[in-house]
Amino acid sequence: MKQSLVAATGVLFGIASFIALISFMTGLNQLLDGLVMNRSPHIRIYNEIRPSDEQPIERAGEYAESQNFVRSVRPRETGQAVRNSAAVIEALRKDPRVMDVAPKVSAPVFYFSGSTQIAGQINGVEPLIEKHLFALQDYVMEGDLRELKNSSNGIFLGKGIADKMMLQCGDIIQVSAAGGDPFVLKVIGILQFGLADVDDSQSYTNLRTAQQLLGVSSSYFTDLQVKLHDISLAPALAREYAQQFRVDTLDIQTANAQFETGTTVRTIISYAVGITLLIVAGFGIYNILNMLIYEKMDSIAILKATGFSGSDVQRIFLSISTMIGVSGGIAGLVVGYGLSAVIDQVPFETQALPTIRTFPVNYNMTYYIIGMLFSLVTTYIAGIFPARKAARIDPVIIIRGK
Amino acid sequence: MSQPALEARNITRYFHDPVTFRVLDQVSMSVARGEFVSVIGKSGSGKSTLLYVLSTMDTDYEGELLLDGSRLTGRSGSELAAARNEHIGFVFQFHYLLSEFSVLDNVMIPAQKLQRYGPAEVSKRAMERLDWLGIADQAYKMPNQLSGGQKQRVAIARALINDPLIIMGDEPTGNLDQKNSDIVFDIFRRLTREQGQTMLVVTHDGDFARRTDRIIELEDGRVISDGYEGR
Ligand SMILES: Nc1ncnc2c1ncn2[C@@H]1O[C@H](COP(=O)(O)OP(=O)(O)O)[C@@H](O)[C@H]1O
Ligand SMILES: [Mg+2]
Repeated sequence: MKQSLVAATGVLFGIASFIALISFMTGLNQLLDGLVMNRSPHIRIYNEIRPSDEQPIERAGEYAESQNFVRSVRPRETGQAVRNSAAVIEALRKDPRVMDVAPKVSAPVFYFSGSTQIAGQINGVEPLIEKHLFALQDYVMEGDLRELKNSSNGIFLGKGIADKMMLQCGDIIQVSAAGGDPFVLKVIGILQFGLADVDDSQSYTNLRTAQQLLGVSSSYFTDLQVKLHDISLAPALAREYAQQFRVDTLDIQTANAQFETGTTVRTIISYAVGITLLIVAGFGIYNILNMLIYEKMDSIAILKATGFSGSDVQRIFLSISTMIGVSGGIAGLVVGYGLSAVIDQVPFETQALPTIRTFPVNYNMTYYIIGMLFSLVTTYIAGIFPARKAARIDPVIIIRGK
Repeated sequence: MSQPALEARNITRYFHDPVTFRVLDQVSMSVARGEFVSVIGKSGSGKSTLLYVLSTMDTDYEGELLLDGSRLTGRSGSELAAARNEHIGFVFQFHYLLSEFSVLDNVMIPAQKLQRYGPAEVSKRAMERLDWLGIADQAYKMPNQLSGGQKQRVAIARALINDPLIIMGDEPTGNLDQKNSDIVFDIFRRLTREQGQTMLVVTHDGDFARRTDRIIELEDGRVISDGYEGR
C-alpha cells in the first residue's frame, strides 16, 4: 500500500513536471511566435525592383530564336508601388480564404529635430486595420491609434527615435522623404516593439499623411499585407496571387523559416524532457510492482490454490498498476496545473517585451490529455510485465517452501 | 454405492533436480464421500508431493486423476483452477491469510471467485462458517490480530466457504501446539460426522492419524498400507 503510494507519487512528479514544463515552453513559444508572427502578414504583396524578365531584343522577330547576351542590364524603373492596387485589394477582400488586407506605404525618410537628423522609415498604415490584424495596440506605449487614424499631421514614433531626439508626445518633428521637402508632423504616440533595430528607425502615420509626404496619389501602396484564415495556405496562395496579379509575393513561412525551426526545437525539448520524466516514473512503477509481487508471493499462491487462474491474478496486478496510473496521473495534472499557475505569477519584465508582466503559460487542454494518456500507457506497460510474472507463479513451489 | 469423491490411478511422478528420481511410484488410492482419511509416512516419503498432484496444482505426473468420477488429467490450467475453486478446499501448515483483508473478507475470497451467491449471501455464509468454528466474534478483525490457532480456524472456514466436495490438508496442525491441534482435529471430526464432509489430511502426527477413519501409509513413494487399522 505504502509502495503504491510511492509509485503514484513518481507518476505524479512525472506528469506534473511534464505539464508545467510544456505549458511554460509552449507559452514562451506562443509569445515569441506572437512577437514575429502576429506582426507579420501571412502574405506580403509588393513590387520588387529588378530587371525585366524579357529584354527588348527577345521581342524582335529576327533574334527571337537566338541566344542573346545583354550586358549591363539595369533594373527597369517601375516605382515601388503595387500595380493596379485598387483592383487587387478588391479581389483579395472577396477571396473567402482571406481574413483581411492592410495596405501600407513605407518609405525611407529622415527625421529632423533641432540639429539632430536620423535616417529611418515611415509607415503609412490604416491604424485600426493594423490594430485588428497585427496587434499594433500591444506595442503602443503612449497615444491612441484612433487619434492616429483621424489626424492629418500626427505621427507615432519608435521609442528609440523619441529617446534619441528627446521628443515627447505633443512635440514637433520634421520628416522628409528622399528628395522631398520637410514635412512638419506632431508626435502623438510612442511605439515600442522590443527590437532595437525597429524602435530606432520606424515611425507610423496614417496612409494619407505618408502618401502626402511622398507626394503620391491615394492609390499608391508599397505593400499589401494579407492575413489569411488558415496560415498554412500562405505559400500556395502567395504563388497563386503572384501569377494572378503579376506581383511579387512573400509568404510568412518563407520569410520566417529559421523562426519555425526554433519553435519546433523548443517543443521537441519539452516533450523529450516530459517523456523522460514519465519513463523514469514508469521504471519506478515497474520496480515497485516487482517488489510487491515478491512480497505478495503467499497471497498469489493461496489465490491460485483456491481457484483463481493466472489471468485473474494478472488482472489484479494490472488493476493495481492502473490505479497507480490513474491516481498519480490525476494528482499530477492537478499539481501540474498548480505549478503552471505559480509560473504564471512569477514577474517577468523585460524591455524587449513591453506588454508582458509575468512568465507566459499556455493552458492548453491537449497537454493535459496527453499527460493523462501517457501516465496510463506508462503504468500499463510498467505493470504488464510484473503482472505476467505473477500470473506464472507456481503455487506449489511457494507452499512447499513454507 | 456412489462413486468415490477422489480417485488416483497409478500416479507416478519424477523429480529431475539434481538427479532424476521417482518420488511417487504407481500410487493408486481413492477417497469415498464422507470419509476422513489421513496419509502418513516418514519425512521425504512423498506425502506432500502426492497431495499436490491430487489437488490438481501439480500436473507434471503420469497416471490418472478423477474428481467425483470426472477425469481431471490433461485439463487446462484454468479448467483445473475452476475445479479447485468449486470442489476442493485447502488447509496448509501455514494459514495464508491475506494481511490487508479482514477475517470475514478472507473467508469470502473463494466464493467471490465462484460467484454462485450474491455478496450479501456470501457474507452470511462466511459468518455461518466462522460461527461453526467458534470464531464469529473475530470476523471484523485483521488476521494479524489473531492467535495462530485462530488463524488456522479462519483458514478452515475459507476452505469450507464453497461447500467443497473434499478438503485437503497438508500438515494442518504442523504449526500448532497440542491444544490447538486438538481443536483443529475436533473440528475436522465434527465436520465429517455432522456434515458428511470428505477429508484427506497429510500428517506426520501419528496421534492425529490414529483418530481418523482410515490411514494410508507411504514409503519411498509407494503405498505400503491402506486400511482401517486406526480407530
Ligand atoms: N521441487 C523439488 N525438486 C526436487 N526434489 C524435490 C522437490 N520437492 C520435493 N522434492 C523431494 O521429493 C521427496 C518427497 O518430498 P515431499 O513430498 O515433500 O515429502 P514429505 O511431504 O513426505 O515430507 C523428498 O526427497 C524431497 O527432497
Ligand atoms: Mg511434506
